[in-house]
Amino acid sequence: MEFPQIDYVAILPEIIICGLALLIMLFAAFLPRDRRWITGHIAWFGIIVASFAVWMNWGTDTRTFAGMYSIDLFSSVLKLIFLLGSLLVVFMSENYIRLHKLEAGEYYALIIFSLFGMMMMASAADLVVFFVGLEIMSVALYVLAGFRRSDPKSNESSLKYFLLGAFATGFIVLGIAFVFGAVGTTSIAQMFDPQQYTLANSFFYLMVGGGLLLIGLAFKLASFPFHMWVPDVYEGAPTAVTAFMSSGPKAAAIAVLARVFVVAFGQHITQLSPMFWSLSVLTMFTGNLIAISQTNIKRMLAYSSIAHAGYMLIAFATGTAEAVNSVVFYLLTYTVMNLGAFMVLLVVEGKEDGDNEITSFTGLGRRHPFLGAAMTLFLISLAGIPPTAGFAGKFFLFKAAVAKGQIPLVVIAVINSLISVYYYLRVVVVMFMIDTQTEFRPVSYPAFLYVALVVAVLGTIVLGVFPTSFFPFDIPLLASGR
Amino acid sequence: MEMFIFILAAIASVACCLMVITQKNPVRAVLFLIMAFVAQAILFVQLSAVFVAALQIIVYAGAIMVLFLFIIMLLNLRKDEFGGDRHPFQKFAAVALAALLAFELVIVALRDGSRSPSVSLPENFGSVESIGEILFTKYLLPFEATSILLMAAILGAVVLAKKRLDD
Amino acid sequence: MDWTFLIVKLIQVIAVFAVLLTGCAYMTWLERKLVARIQSRLGPMNAGYQGLLQPVADMIKLLFKEDITPKHVDKFIYGIAPLASFIPATLSIAVVPFGDSITLFGRTYDLVISNLNVGILYVLAITSIGVYSIIMAGYSSNSKYSLLGGLRSSAQMISYEIGMGLAIVVVILLSGSLNLVDIVDKQGSFVGWYVFRNPVAFVVYFICAVAETNRSPFDLPEAESELVAGYHTEYSSMKFGMFFVAEYANMITVGAIATTLFFGGWHGPFLPPIVWFLIKVAAFQVFYIWARGTLPRLRYDQLMSFGWKVLLPIAVINVMVTAFFVL
Repeated sequence: MEFPQIDYVAILPEIIICGLALLIMLFAAFLPRDRRWITGHIAWFGIIVASFAVWMNWGTDTRTFAGMYSIDLFSSVLKLIFLLGSLLVVFMSENYIRLHKLEAGEYYALIIFSLFGMMMMASAADLVVFFVGLEIMSVALYVLAGFRRSDPKSNESSLKYFLLGAFATGFIVLGIAFVFGAVGTTSIAQMFDPQQYTLANSFFYLMVGGGLLLIGLAFKLASFPFHMWVPDVYEGAPTAVTAFMSSGPKAAAIAVLARVFVVAFGQHITQLSPMFWSLSVLTMFTGNLIAISQTNIKRMLAYSSIAHAGYMLIAFATGTAEAVNSVVFYLLTYTVMNLGAFMVLLVVEGKEDGDNEITSFTGLGRRHPFLGAAMTLFLISLAGIPPTAGFAGKFFLFKAAVAKGQIPLVVIAVINSLISVYYYLRVVVVMFMIDTQTEFRPVSYPAFLYVALVVAVLGTIVLGVFPTSFFPFDIPLLASGR
Repeated sequence: MEMFIFILAAIASVACCLMVITQKNPVRAVLFLIMAFVAQAILFVQLSAVFVAALQIIVYAGAIMVLFLFIIMLLNLRKDEFGGDRHPFQKFAAVALAALLAFELVIVALRDGSRSPSVSLPENFGSVESIGEILFTKYLLPFEATSILLMAAILGAVVLAKKRLDD
Repeated sequence: MDWTFLIVKLIQVIAVFAVLLTGCAYMTWLERKLVARIQSRLGPMNAGYQGLLQPVADMIKLLFKEDITPKHVDKFIYGIAPLASFIPATLSIAVVPFGDSITLFGRTYDLVISNLNVGILYVLAITSIGVYSIIMAGYSSNSKYSLLGGLRSSAQMISYEIGMGLAIVVVILLSGSLNLVDIVDKQGSFVGWYVFRNPVAFVVYFICAVAETNRSPFDLPEAESELVAGYHTEYSSMKFGMFFVAEYANMITVGAIATTLFFGGWHGPFLPPIVWFLIKVAAFQVFYIWARGTLPRLRYDQLMSFGWKVLLPIAVINVMVTAFFVL
């Protein structure tokens, strides 16, 4: 029996994150109840250390664990996005946990476990690894959604997410089984090799498997027609968790979509393109049109996240490496601006999670100009108006799509962006144009939340103005593997 | 002889699965599901996957389904708590889609089914040793990561189930 | 597959089955006698010498009783529950080797019904199926005593199955095989018995096995003082008899498997292997009855916390330590 060679340096970030989660659990078990906030500080510190480890491995191009785990530039970039998102979420949660008296240790441990799952998904060079990573991520999120146990809405959110998520998992497993049946391997790199399926009937089964995988991933991505759960789950989950859910799992799903549909099934991209095309268009329209009629800001952001999933799918309808690179950049911008919007929401809602009507923002811009300005920045960035990060993200994505001749799709996407301006700016109107009759809710100024808010504001501006100096746009999609 | 056992197990499996979805009584449905698992375990034995067959019975039929029954018995649902048939057209849509799927599968089976490749099995295929070896070599990473998955799941279960201490 | 092979196997099956059923019948006699002695009574004396014909009398009585099916039961499940308890109880004896291999008509036969490569897993699988009869009986009777008995039993079985599995893992580690015939072969010498090489595993296994067979002091599913008769409260006549026989068959099976895994199976000096095997199994049955006559019943929460907080950690640590020494 020969054990596989393991490159411990290359997987150092994962080791740190996994150890961090266990460490937090230990601290949570042995610290007295009133000291458990310490775990939050361990969490952000550990995330920064792990980011440093990712940076140390920058440019590594290797496959380890018998070729199942690919550490390359693609996965490193995605891991940094996950780590940044989680860092911001940890900063955001500190105040939230205190206000709502949640169990800090378990909360951070689950966030970190979920982060670990995402990192595994980003590096997975094998469908089995991807599946295990997906489950680690999802199981932690199911629980996090129901973390406010005394709130029926939170319970509903958790249960809905769990039931539908488990259902989607079934599709993914079946899809993996079909793909394995068709090509006799679960390795993404080996699937890429056209020699693998000379069998006459395997193409059909490969497509069946791919379709099932797509159904499962579309669920995680919140794409039409598997988006039904999004508004309810986002609304009921604790706001900090909603923020986490709307950025991380999407990015992880995109990573796997890229690895599976652009790398592994790369030679069938012409057959797959129409499928992604229609998914993308339907998702964009669903998200944007329904978002217009929302009065609850969390639900509105939920539909906005569906719409953004639609934009992201353009990359797969295009199917080039350039498009995938630009969608990864899009994910980075989306993480920053979307988390930013949730941060402002966290400040405004204060103690009252559950009452997130858009009207509660009335007069925010006049009473708290910084918050109002930050929210405006995030919203116009989400809408894609220059010179913000959201614009840069859409710009590169559309450019890659046009280069491949997807002009109708880009036109539709631009029309959708215009629709989205309406509902994003409505919040701005409420914040600045209308003054409140009553006294505005007292707003506290938790330090960590503000650090995160400043990071998000700076990120949104800097990524919008100098996108190319912060992001490599020539990422190969899979380690060459030696 | 083998063909006979296969047909018997296959029919039992399909029939039990059908009973699972047609039974109104949830406990009966679960019992039929257990029988379906046992029938499928027989199919696994015929595919020389003895270890998988044993796991199928120990884990699925033996442990998980006990929990199913346990929960159903604790909930003790009455008929009126199942909720009415609120989408009457759903039934027809389901039947139509199922028929379509069956049609497609038959077409595929007729077209390509006979061409499925026959592979000669390696030595000690499906034995405990070979599965253990592959888990610790080729599939080491997913195997180890599963322990983290279980850890996250346990933590989640504890979070959701434990008593609130602050009130 | 030739005819002599089939016939020999058939004879083996019938012989094992007959011994098992007779054993079950006389277990009832033994139990009543021994418990009586423990309590300074005589036990059954009238039917035959020392009441030796008592099991026959009991059986005739049970057969001629009216088979009552209460009105409110789920008839289908109610009907098959006794069968579902009886069949698994007798199935797992199939992989237990009860003697050395013998040569007949120029062919060597192992004295085991089926020499399975994954024999231990087979035993575990059958054991885990066995719980359903109790749940089915408890649910279908539509009586609160039965339901509570069924619920208790399922919780108990899940909890103790894990400890049992871990104890068996130790045996697998020591022997390097899942085949019961191999395991017995590895315990050829007296000091090689796994009960001496790893007594902790045996203790854990046996406690769990007692719990799995719902015997005293773990007989909560049928605790008379609380639940009338637990899951078989509503049963009468031979349906009740089936549960009864199944319980004793389970005890014998557990004894046989414990003998195989920990006490060297049929190995022993002077006497023929089959006799040694039967002696060891019988010793377990006496031990069962002794425990029943001596120990009070556990409370439900004690049972659960004992299983999860004491047995399971011990079993896990034991597996780790053993694995360390084996490697």
